[in-house]
Amino acid sequence: MAQVSLQNIRKVYPNGYEAVVPTSFDIKDGEFVVLVGPSGCGKSTLLRMVAGLEDISEGVLSIGDRNVNHVDPADRDIAMVFQNYALYPHMTVRKNIGYGLKNRKIAASEIEAKVQVAAKMLNLTDFLERKPSQLSGGQRQRVAMGRAVVRDPALFLFDEPLSNLDAKLRHQMRIEIKALQRRLGVTSIYVTHDQVEAMTMADRIIVLNAGRIEQIGTPAEIYHRPASTFVASFMGAPPMNLLKADCSEKRVILKGNVAVTANAADGPIVLGIRPEDIEVGEACDIPFTVDIVEELGAHRLLHGQLDGQDLTIHVGKDVAVSAGPIRISINPDAVVLFDAETGLAL
Amino acid sequence: MTDTTQLAIVKRPLRWGRVLDHLVLILGALFMLIPLLMVLQTTTTTDLETIKNGPELVIGDQFDDNFMSAMFQASGFSGENTGIQMLINSLILGIGFALGKIAIGMMAAYALVYFRLRFATFAFWLIFTTLLLPLEVRILPSYEIAQKLGLLNTYTGLIVPLIASATATFFFRQFFRSVPEELVEAARIDGAGPVKFFIDILVPLSQTMIAAMFIIMFVFGWNQYLWPTMVTTEEGMYTLVRGIKQLTQDLEGTNIPKYGRANMLALIAILPPVLVVIFFQSWFVKGLTESDK
Amino acid sequence: MKRAGFATRWLPILLLLPQLAIIALFFYWPAAHAVQSSFYLEDPFGFGSSFVGFDNYTHLAGNSEYGRIAQFTLLFTVLVTFFSLALALLLAVKADNVIRGAKMYRTLLMWVYAVAPPVAGFIGLLMFNQNWGPLAELAKSFGWDFKLGVNFGDTATAMVLVSVWKQVPVNFIFFLSGLQSIPKSVREAALIDARSSFRRFWDVTFPLLAPTGFFLLIINITYALFDTFGVVDVLVKGEPGNNPMTLVYKVYVDGFRGNDIGGSSAQSVILMVLVLALTIFQFRLVERRIHYT
Repeated sequence: MAQVSLQNIRKVYPNGYEAVVPTSFDIKDGEFVVLVGPSGCGKSTLLRMVAGLEDISEGVLSIGDRNVNHVDPADRDIAMVFQNYALYPHMTVRKNIGYGLKNRKIAASEIEAKVQVAAKMLNLTDFLERKPSQLSGGQRQRVAMGRAVVRDPALFLFDEPLSNLDAKLRHQMRIEIKALQRRLGVTSIYVTHDQVEAMTMADRIIVLNAGRIEQIGTPAEIYHRPASTFVASFMGAPPMNLLKADCSEKRVILKGNVAVTANAADGPIVLGIRPEDIEVGEACDIPFTVDIVEELGAHRLLHGQLDGQDLTIHVGKDVAVSAGPIRISINPDAVVLFDAETGLAL
Repeated sequence: MTDTTQLAIVKRPLRWGRVLDHLVLILGALFMLIPLLMVLQTTTTTDLETIKNGPELVIGDQFDDNFMSAMFQASGFSGENTGIQMLINSLILGIGFALGKIAIGMMAAYALVYFRLRFATFAFWLIFTTLLLPLEVRILPSYEIAQKLGLLNTYTGLIVPLIASATATFFFRQFFRSVPEELVEAARIDGAGPVKFFIDILVPLSQTMIAAMFIIMFVFGWNQYLWPTMVTTEEGMYTLVRGIKQLTQDLEGTNIPKYGRANMLALIAILPPVLVVIFFQSWFVKGLTESDK
Repeated sequence: MKRAGFATRWLPILLLLPQLAIIALFFYWPAAHAVQSSFYLEDPFGFGSSFVGFDNYTHLAGNSEYGRIAQFTLLFTVLVTFFSLALALLLAVKADNVIRGAKMYRTLLMWVYAVAPPVAGFIGLLMFNQNWGPLAELAKSFGWDFKLGVNFGDTATAMVLVSVWKQVPVNFIFFLSGLQSIPKSVREAALIDARSSFRRFWDVTFPLLAPTGFFLLIINITYALFDTFGVVDVLVKGEPGNNPMTLVYKVYVDGFRGNDIGGSSAQSVILMVLVLALTIFQFRLVERRIHYT
């Protein structure tokens, strides 16, 4: 078990491309931290630097209380689960799981015992003699997990481990991984581009964009109080509605002369509102025309335009709406205001 | 392919196109096969029979005699180039060449793909330029060097200069590059160093590729002619393919040409590589079509 | 190179060393030596050599015999390349069509790949044997008195035929694998779009095979220029005389038999330039090939 600390970690490739600008954050012992962002945002590079698979250009990385900048990956006391599992195709499940221990010169009987424990934990006991090619996607994923678990590391690293699975399996594995991590209490860094994984699994989320941190926070903070328009539009499906508007005298005037109080200077502003924070009803104050209704069973999504800008509204299954004019209102407590130029929350 | 255009209920007319396909293929197969059958037939008859009647459709009873004389009689002056000795030499050349080429190629490819090497690009070009010029165009100076190094009439001289081209290196480089990146990363986290990764992971992973390469290289080595012709002058060092020329000269002699023995030797020169190619067909085809691309 | 390459310094150098040593000794040195010798005139009695500049080259340019051999090589290359490609394409298309016996046809049509060129030449000698060779008999029945090794045209015909026989299998393997890599969906789309199988072949299959064809074209030219050495050497029974020969054979005859090292080296250099041009052309095609897929 260990805490992890990154201080001004930076990555510059030999061709001059800066993949990660100097970045600092700390991870508490036993914490599950998710790095999320679009492809090319530097999240994998960060993870690989922590793993020791990528050189750190600048900064200090410590795992536990040890500076590991120049420590070999095998000696960092970490385990990693890869996107394509990276199982050794010619080894059985047993050998795959035990290979790392064997290289540490651990006695065969001890390896066997540890492999058995890991296999039992992951329901792999019946598959120990199989080769990876004889396993299903979910089972391969479990073997990759087993390989990590068996080493009893101080830190788990996950590099998009679920993106090769179908939607149903992904949902199931999400829960299994989270439960396992809880049970073992091992500090974990998990990289994904899928905001649902980030939201559901993380103790804390770090949102990255273009090599820099956009926001660090709990899932609830990230969701309800996004620090920038980027976070607002990246997290949540459908994303937060972002409406360009003008602020004057601490008020933003929307269509139908509805005003939202805004504690901001006069001038252009971006108003953010989650689809579920918009109410629909006869008594509401803003006229709105629904163009398309997306029926999703448990709820419905209404798409239309407000002030010439796209707006999505989330309504429960009991609210019957069809395309055409309706009235809506915006919950002023849920509104997030952003600077129109920098995109940062005000 | 035409099946789908027809309704199943309609009685299918005899498809002349399909018959023609088979006819062409059978003719093609015969074109390939008949010369071999002729050689095979003449190994079963006496030389006099062959000279009198040429190849016939009869299988004679001389196969054993011809086989014994091919294997254990020498045609040269020294008495050393018996069939059995040439067979051994051919095997040494074929297997030695294949193993040497694979070992050296894999090592070089591993160095080029898996290491951060400052002069990697330079080494790459140095090695791959050798794909440009076949041995035939630099045969004389190669001979002179082999001579200076005292390699004439040695197995080393026979095999090593033939290894001086990068086909296997190129092939393994392509294959290693297609091995998922994460495998070496997982191995590094599992505590495997470069030597361990090579032996524990990469070599077992390359088994099929090694087999494919071995077959191609064995056939290539076995079939070498020009280089063995130059570098081996002692009859005890002749390979079967190298010995072919002597066979043709025997047939020109004033005595009764020993067709049975000569054709038997030709057959022995043909069969091992052909059998290897036939039995390991899928590996061989895979290796061939993937290496040359 | 892999993203997470090993940083060890001495190991990759050690791994590359055998390969680099062999190519330095048996590739770069001989190639450089050939270029150097081509500017020198070697004393026939071994008393050193003198620098003669481009004399060896200008001598070749004015040599009518060399011109004739070059012409023959060109004709030979065109014929061998054309016939072995055409025949192989025909057989591959047919083999791709049939389902019954497909594997057997494949085996029967590809085994000759493993026959060494000189052994193929030896079989040619038997087939065209003046007294009883089946092909000579066949020619005789058309009133063609086939005289291998005596009549220039007859010998040339045999050379082309044997070389084609030996080369069809390689082309067949590549064409068949090319055909089999055409996606099923593309074939099915063609089946819907075109009624006639001939149209389907020319409009869909043939263009998709074109990259394979280009690649094979170079392979075949190289084969006809260099790898047929064994065929030529055996068919002329080591007696060049007035027999047809290729440029590579001439290098060998002049250099190894005639001891004209300078002239032979100049010929080697000319061939090197030729192969270099072909290979560079091929690499450009390979680059194009990647864009196709």
